[in-house]
Parts: sequence; structure tokens; C-alpha cells
Amino acid sequence: MSSNYEPNIVAFLCNWCSYAGADLAGTSRVHYPANIQVIRVMCSGRVNPLYVMNALQQGADGVLVSGCHPGDCHYMEGNYYARRRLGMLKDLMEFVGVDPRRFHMSWVSASEGHKWKEVVEKTVEDAREAGPFEGFRRRQIDW
Amino acid sequence: MTEKPKIGVYVCHCGVNISATVDVETVAEYAQKLPNVEVARTYSYMCSDPGQALIKQDIKEKGLNRVIVASCSPRMHEPTFRKAIQEAGLNPFYLEMANIREQCSWVHEEMEEATAKSKKLVAAAVAKVRLLEALESKEVDAEPAALVIGAGIAGIQAALDIADAGFKVYLVEKTPSVGGRMAQLDKTFPTLDCSACILTPKMVDCASHPNIELFSYSEVEEVGGFIGNFEVKVRKKARYVDVEKCTGCGDCAAACRVKDRFPSEFDQGMGKRSAIYLPFPQAVPAKYTIDPENCLFLSKGKCGKGPKCQEVCQAEAINFEQQDEIVEFKVGAIIVATGFDPFDASRKPEYGYNDYPNVITGMEMERLVSASGPTGGKVTIFNGEEEIEPKEVAFIKCVGSRDASVGNEYCSRVCCMYTAKQAHLIRDKIPDANIRIYYMDVRAFGKGYEEFYDRVRRENVRYIRGNPSEIFKRGNKLVVKAEDTLTATPLEDEVDLVVLGVGLEPRADMRETMDLLRLSQSPDRFFLEAHPKLRPVDTATDGVFLAGCCQGPKDIPDTVAQAKGAASSAMIPLARGKVMISAQVAVVDESTCRGCGFCVNICPYTAIELVTVNRFGHDVEVARVNEALCKGCGSCSAGCLSDSIQPKSFRDRQILPQIAALGVLR
Repeated sequence: MSSNYEPNIVAFLCNWCSYAGADLAGTSRVHYPANIQVIRVMCSGRVNPLYVMNALQQGADGVLVSGCHPGDCHYMEGNYYARRRLGMLKDLMEFVGVDPRRFHMSWVSASEGHKWKEVVEKTVEDAREAGPFEGFRRRQIDW
Repeated sequence: MTEKPKIGVYVCHCGVNISATVDVETVAEYAQKLPNVEVARTYSYMCSDPGQALIKQDIKEKGLNRVIVASCSPRMHEPTFRKAIQEAGLNPFYLEMANIREQCSWVHEEMEEATAKSKKLVAAAVAKVRLLEALESKEVDAEPAALVIGAGIAGIQAALDIADAGFKVYLVEKTPSVGGRMAQLDKTFPTLDCSACILTPKMVDCASHPNIELFSYSEVEEVGGFIGNFEVKVRKKARYVDVEKCTGCGDCAAACRVKDRFPSEFDQGMGKRSAIYLPFPQAVPAKYTIDPENCLFLSKGKCGKGPKCQEVCQAEAINFEQQDEIVEFKVGAIIVATGFDPFDASRKPEYGYNDYPNVITGMEMERLVSASGPTGGKVTIFNGEEEIEPKEVAFIKCVGSRDASVGNEYCSRVCCMYTAKQAHLIRDKIPDANIRIYYMDVRAFGKGYEEFYDRVRRENVRYIRGNPSEIFKRGNKLVVKAEDTLTATPLEDEVDLVVLGVGLEPRADMRETMDLLRLSQSPDRFFLEAHPKLRPVDTATDGVFLAGCCQGPKDIPDTVAQAKGAASSAMIPLARGKVMISAQVAVVDESTCRGCGFCVNICPYTAIELVTVNRFGHDVEVARVNEALCKGCGSCSAGCLSDSIQPKSFRDRQILPQIAALGVLR
């Protein structure tokens, strides 16, 4: 691991809570590491577990999925689906030998700008400890 | 898609909001080199008229068919740019935004890393935008009616405005009477209008208005549907009094076996009521209600030889058999005006609110000075020996506001002024009283407020800057222990009466409303508006609007203004008679769907059903989406075994390239 290694994090955020929470962090000028890139989806329930694997395959060192707090889902129960599916994925990742520190799930509401910062810091820190991910062979990107 | 993508990338400076941290020129140069990018430009304010004109011009002159705006959050300006490209003849869904402000320039400090991140976000947007499809928004009819939840001054005003405009309004109030907190107030600052005199006519209006259907003592039980077509279920709780027959004479309450035994909610527990009661004399509707928890007949099954109220009621209005009733109706828009709870002063034990009867809250003071209150407006207290007129009165402000120790960092906005008003009222009633107000800061920001504050000070009301640390008893007196921080003098101030200027808190039951309407809370725990400045009455749920203190502490003028704002916003779909429904719904590829029905079970909106189609001469079952019911969450898609069901604009084939773009550019 080189000393100036910076982990590359891909995050999937639901439009209503976590994306809005991340926006609030911006409006409140809360600073956090730039290692994280966000993909907006309408609901954390949209996040196919394969996206997480795909992100690791494509060069991410860590993945974060964040949605509304349980019970607060804008679509009533999408985050429950996310919790089930991704919880299972996390177990599976460990089983196939991927460091579980590479994958995080969190619940960040539209008012939790500061929590978002903490979540990002934790995700980046864990991925940093886990080191660069070379577990899967990377596919050539075909533009 | 046969047409080759021609992408325009527009990087916004946002004044210096973005350009101070992100090297926008470098980002544009980088974007220019990405595949299919025809043109990449920067501009100081992309959302401004000239900024939009730039995009439109390029669409026309360069034949762009996809647009990327790298600027603020799509939650902010996606509708703006969709509209702009639509005006230039492009499908509005051929747009993708890269959020390089809220999630980049505002949260990162180093220009190098913020610029690198912006490049990635633009690359991800390019990867996705090429694969977006044209979508058509559909219009559906909107029900020309509104639901208003809560009938305090905010709900009443909103209901009246909508009803006056000619639309039907269903006004639902939890308690037996409309009026809310304002009905409990004595005078209103700074004009000293009598609260009842300005409110009661509106209460009467909203009950008698031909367009308003009032459900008092009722609760909204269920809300389904979407903007324009909300389906509402209201529970009319059993009053055990037939409102058609009740004349409001009050004979029942006078005859009640447990007459005047229970604390009156309206009088803040300072007055008493019977088990059958009218909350206050001016209540609307002027119909009695039986409190089932305290009524002997309802709680114990026995009331002497028979309920006395029933015996004396000439109108035969009392009906112990009455059941809750469920009423259903449809509305196009909903206004939430559920109000606030006063801060519970017992959470500041150092002020001894639970220990000393002569430590009272501002709300209790309102009832004490009110002519309709438990003492008929006479300010007297019992000092342990006798009933006296308090000559030494202390007010303490910011109780439960601006206080992180109780979790309320916000200013409640009304306490400074109601304290000043109450000091004035005491001065009026007890001219020789010695009045002092302990304060942290005085915030007299509204129209006429500073002038009123000045007037109260001239009336010999002493303002002492300091937050008391403790209140304790010494003989018949209460001692306020404080420090005058302007002179650094410690004080032990002996007084007869302490009034705590309690702040405003979110309602204890707001969780129910949140669940009902999918609302969010802001950090202060009040309801979250869609935008703090530009959409202060809207919520994240289309067609649901906020009015009054449920959105944050407000005085009466601000509440009324916001109620009028919410009413006018709610009337937009009602007046148009049509609403746009989202085009970003799920769609099934029937050629690969295996008809397993997983998605049918997942969908929280029952928008998916299995239908039989003919595939190559065989009857097979496939899933089909009802577009009017689908909200586009995509939960079905992540659960689909064959990737056959996909939400438009968030398809696998649109998201996966985004992932690739973010991953590959280490």
C-alpha cells in the first residue's frame, strides 16, 4: 500500500433523505473528505446488490449505500428492502473474502448534514484501512 | 435510439460558490474531450436568463440532443433546466445534472481534489446522459378540494382562503373545538388586540362557510394517493353527544355527577371542567363532548341510578351508544397546520415548576390575565397563607429555547414579545407591582415590536440581563437566584410570582402526521419545508403544504401570512384542475419477464399486476405496471431476477455506466 493512497468511494444515496442530507451538509459548509462520489437514486430500495459488487469491480475501494431512517422511507418500505438485501450482501462479501469494511450502509435523514459527514469519514477511514481493492479483475470500459 | 448522442456540458461558476474551490475551466476542458461531447462551456450563473439562453442557443445551433449542467443540486434546479431544454425543443428528460456545489465545492477545501472530483462527477453524468430516454409526463385530473389538518389560526385562515376561492375544504381538528392556541391567548402583541375578538369571528366563519366541511373531534387516519388525487380517511371520534340535537345549553355539564372535577385543557389545568364539557364558552361548534376516560358511565359502566346528563338533556342529545365513524373523501391538496406544544417547564427542574405553585408558564399566565380565564382576569395567587395580589413579579425568558441542554437550540420567536405583553398587562392590573424580566437577549424584530418593547420599558418594567440558575422557596416568597451580567452582580431576588417564558416545541404527536404524509423533520424537529427560502410552505411530498408553527415557531402575523401562502400554493392544482404525474415510472420488458410475481409483492403501491400475454403462441404471465400508481422508487427492479422491470431514468443500463465512470478514474 503506497503511503499516499486515497480510497475511491462510490455512494448510492436516496433522493429524499440521504441525498438531501448530503445537500444540507453542503449548505451548512460542513467539510468532509473528497474521496466520495455520489450516485443519486430515488430510493435505497433501488440499489441492486450487484451495483455494490459492480462498483468494487470497476475500481471502487469502498461502497456506501444510504437511505432514510427505518420507518421514514418516502416510499414507505423501500429502505427495508435495502436493509434486507444489502445486509445479506455484506455477509456474502465476507464469505467470498472481501473485507467487510469496504461496504457500509447508513440511515441519514434530510436534516442530518453532520451525520452525513461522520458517515463519510467513517466509510473513507475504513476503506483506507482496508487498502486498495484488487480483489476482482477490472473490466475494460467500453465507451 | 438511432440518433448519435450530441452532448453539451455546462459548468456553472455560481458566482464564486463553485469557482472558488473548483477550477471550472479545467472541468470544462476535460469535459470537452469526453466521448460524444459536442460543446463544453462555463458561465457565471447557469440558471440565470443568459445562462439558460446559452444552452438553448447551443441546442438549436449545434443540434445538441443531451445536456449536462454541472452546478448545484438537482433537488434545486433540475426543474429549471428541464424547462429550459424543453423550451429549446428537447425532451426535458434528456438532462443530467452533476452536483458540484452542495456535494463538492461547499464541502471540500482543496481546489485540486474538488476539481478532480468535479471531473469525475461530470464524467459520470456524461456516461449516463447518453443513455437517457425521452419521457412524456402525463396529466391527470385533480380533485378540486383540499384537506386542512388542524384548525388553529393557521388552519382556519388557510381553509377560509381556499373556501372563499370556491373550492371545497375539509377541515379536520383533533380537539372538540376549532381555535387552537390562539383562542387561549388573552391579548396579542404588539397591538394589544383581544385575541378572542379577532379570532372568534373567523372560527364562526369557518364553521358556517358553505364550502367548508368541519370535522371537529376527528383525526385523519389514512392518506393515500398523490397530488391531485389524495384519498383521505377521517375518524370522527364518538362525542357521545348527537351534534344535530345538542343546543349547547350546558345543563348536562351542570348536572354531571363529577362536575368541575377535571383540569380544563383550555385553561391549562388552572380551571376545572366536568366529564361532559364545552372546552370554552366560545367553542365552535358549540356542542358538548363527553370525555370517555373521566365519565363515570363510560369508564365504570355505572353513574348512580343513571347518567344525570341524559336525565337533564331536554334535546335528548346524549347517546352513550355512539361509535366512531369513518368518513372517506378525495382531495387534490393537503395543508398541514398542526401547530406546536408549549415547552414542558418541568424539564427545567431548577426553576421548580413542579414544586412551587407560584412558578407558572406563559400559557398559564395568559389564562390568568384573561377575562374568560379561571379567575375572571383577576391576577391573584395563593402564597401558602392567603390569596394575594402579587406585588413582586419576575419573568424568565428563553425557558426551553436557545438551550442545548434540552435539545432546543432555536429561538422560539414569540417569548420576548409575549413576556413584554404580559408585563404590560400586569402593570395595567397591578399598577404598584414591581416587575422584572430576566433575559439573555431581547429580540423585538417584527412590525411595531421594538416600539412596544420600548413602551414596556418606559412602564417601569426592569430588564435584567442574566439567566437565573435556580428558584427556591424562602418563607412565603420565591427566590430567583441569578447574576446581573451587565454589572456582574449576584442576585437573590425575592418575589411572589415567577412566570416562565416557555418556548414552542414540535408537537408530541407529530410522528403520526409524519407517517401519514411522508414528511421529514428539520434539525429543530419541526416539519421540513422543501426549501428554506424559496419554497417555505411546500414539502418534499407534492401537494402537501405547511402552515403555521408546525414548520417552526411563529407569531400570529407570520402564521397567518404562511397560511395564506400555503392556501395559494394548494390552490394551484385545484384551480388548474390537472396535475402532472411523474414520467419516471417502472416499465416491464415483457419479452424477458418470467412472471414470477416478486415485483408484485414488493411494490408498496400495488402498482404492478400479473397479466397473461401471448408469447410465441403460448399464454404466459408477465408483470405490468400501472403508471398512475407507480411512484418510480425502483424497489421492484432491485428485486427482479431477470432485470426485466426497470424504472425509467434509473435503469440498470443508465446507472452501471455511472458506476464505471466513477470507478475507473482513480
